[in-house]
Amino acid sequence: MDDALRDLYQQTILEHGRKPHNFGRLDPHSHAAKGSNPMCGDRVVVTLTVDGGRVADIRFEGRGCAISQASASIMTDLVKGRPLDEVRTLLDAFTAMATTGETPGGGLAEDDREAIRLMSGIHAFPMRVKCATLGWRTLEAALDNQSQTTTEAQPGKQEAAR
Amino acid sequence: MSADAALKTPLAFDPLKVRAEFPILAREVYGKPLVYLDNAASAQKPEAVLEALRRGYAEEYANVHRGLHFLSNRSTERYEAARASIARFLNAERAEEIIFTSGSTDALNLVASSWAEPRIKAGDEIVLTILEHHSNIVPWHYLRERHGAVLKWAPIHDDGSLDMEAFEKLLTDRTKLVAITHMSNALGTILPAKELIAMAHARGIPVLLDGSQGAVHLRPDVRDLDVDFYAITGHKLYGPSGIGALYAKREHLDAMRPYRGGGEMIREVTMETVTYADPPHRFEAGTPPIVQAIGLGAALDWMMALDWPAAQAHEADLIAYAHERFGQFNWLHPLGTTAEKGAILSFTMDGAHPHDISTFIDRQGVAVRAGHHCAQPLMDRYDVPATTRASFALYNTREDVDRLMDALLKCRELFA
Ligand SMILES: Cc1ncc(COP(=O)(O)O)c(C=O)c1O
Repeated sequence: MDDALRDLYQQTILEHGRKPHNFGRLDPHSHAAKGSNPMCGDRVVVTLTVDGGRVADIRFEGRGCAISQASASIMTDLVKGRPLDEVRTLLDAFTAMATTGETPGGGLAEDDREAIRLMSGIHAFPMRVKCATLGWRTLEAALDNQSQTTTEAQPGKQEAAR
Repeated sequence: MSADAALKTPLAFDPLKVRAEFPILAREVYGKPLVYLDNAASAQKPEAVLEALRRGYAEEYANVHRGLHFLSNRSTERYEAARASIARFLNAERAEEIIFTSGSTDALNLVASSWAEPRIKAGDEIVLTILEHHSNIVPWHYLRERHGAVLKWAPIHDDGSLDMEAFEKLLTDRTKLVAITHMSNALGTILPAKELIAMAHARGIPVLLDGSQGAVHLRPDVRDLDVDFYAITGHKLYGPSGIGALYAKREHLDAMRPYRGGGEMIREVTMETVTYADPPHRFEAGTPPIVQAIGLGAALDWMMALDWPAAQAHEADLIAYAHERFGQFNWLHPLGTTAEKGAILSFTMDGAHPHDISTFIDRQGVAVRAGHHCAQPLMDRYDVPATTRASFALYNTREDVDRLMDALLKCRELFA
């Protein structure tokens, strides 16, 4: 197996892919969104409860490749219990990492940076970046009170999918 | 394949010789020899086509049907000769029954817009199959959205073959058109087109075949099929992209309104009126993809020069061998197992998603397609979001199948 593949499919990622954390649907919830990748048909649903400015609880469900499932699983672990401003910082950091391969330094704790860097292997696979960002984009849509998004929507300016 | 045919194949049709005519197949990816199994998406090009393209631009290039100078005459001759090659390839009665389009998507839209749209009223029915590619679905959805057409979907059996009884029941006096694939790009299923066309014609219903895959693997004979419309696309036929064709019976072409308006498709334009050219030019507005058309002609000439029965036996051997190898592993699940299928193998694998499979085996040099193959209704029918698809061409070999299997076994180690 070559290095790029080994970086992408690390054991941790494979494990998250096989047994995703926080899998399922949170009911009741305060925020929810459906995300899809029209290129490949992958779908995720993110449900969460925001309480006192924090993500009190979060779940995701969906079907898709190991990358999209692992990325969403890691995301739920990362944002659970966190204040919303930190969640936004993580979201931006993850999006930047997936598209540039670089993890921005500013405002991130070392643990967070490491967690986000877990998926940095995706950068060598441009066609798969959207698999990694699907869960995050769906979380963003949920926080913006949009019920649907797709990986084709522009970051920060989500259009409602028809 | 009989032992007899197996013995004859190498003499009549040598896949290694054919393979040597495709320069790209000699390249490596990630330091591994390329195994190209994404032919249903697009096929590679032989030297004969590359040379026709080079000559088209380097020696014989000018606009067609306009200039009176030497090069314009020459390129017009070549362009029209390509039309004649397509007519010969499809066994059309006349070259005028061939319209150049930008591909089969364009050809299908042409039929929907120029033939069907003026004839469809609310409640009229169009019969499709659940196997269709989005290109043969969306133009009909337009007629549903805009004119109230009703789409009727013929179902398939679990093995991917068409449910003929159900198909026949869908044909009613409201049916205006049957628009179906000749061969499924997602499963490889070959439809019994001649029989289906006879059923439709018995009720006075015209039939459109999407020949995007059929033209590549079967040798369609539009007169024998008695088909009304047949769409092909160049890039899957070992030719260039950006070019394809629609065959339509002359009687339909004469009765069809123009498609797009512009130069080349008119007889006379005044400030008050316009009259249109005869088919096929009526449907070919603007400067066409000239050299691409010439390249498609070269590709079909190349195909017609092959020993076709032997070539088909080779493809049949490849797909039979692939199914045999897949059958050795209970974690691989082929979709579409009817005997009536061409050289396409779609499958799912326990524990690994098609995208992960595709990314993984790509690094072993094996190119396949993963996704819904622009056939989402079909994916829904099997309740899978996506499949992995290995699709074969004349230049593939049993060794390519073995390389695919080796890569899948490695993939299995990682994901199982
Ligand atoms: C069955 C079928 N129909 C239609 C198409 C569309 O062909 P094109 O994209 O060349 O117009 C394809 C190929 O993608 C196909 O396989």
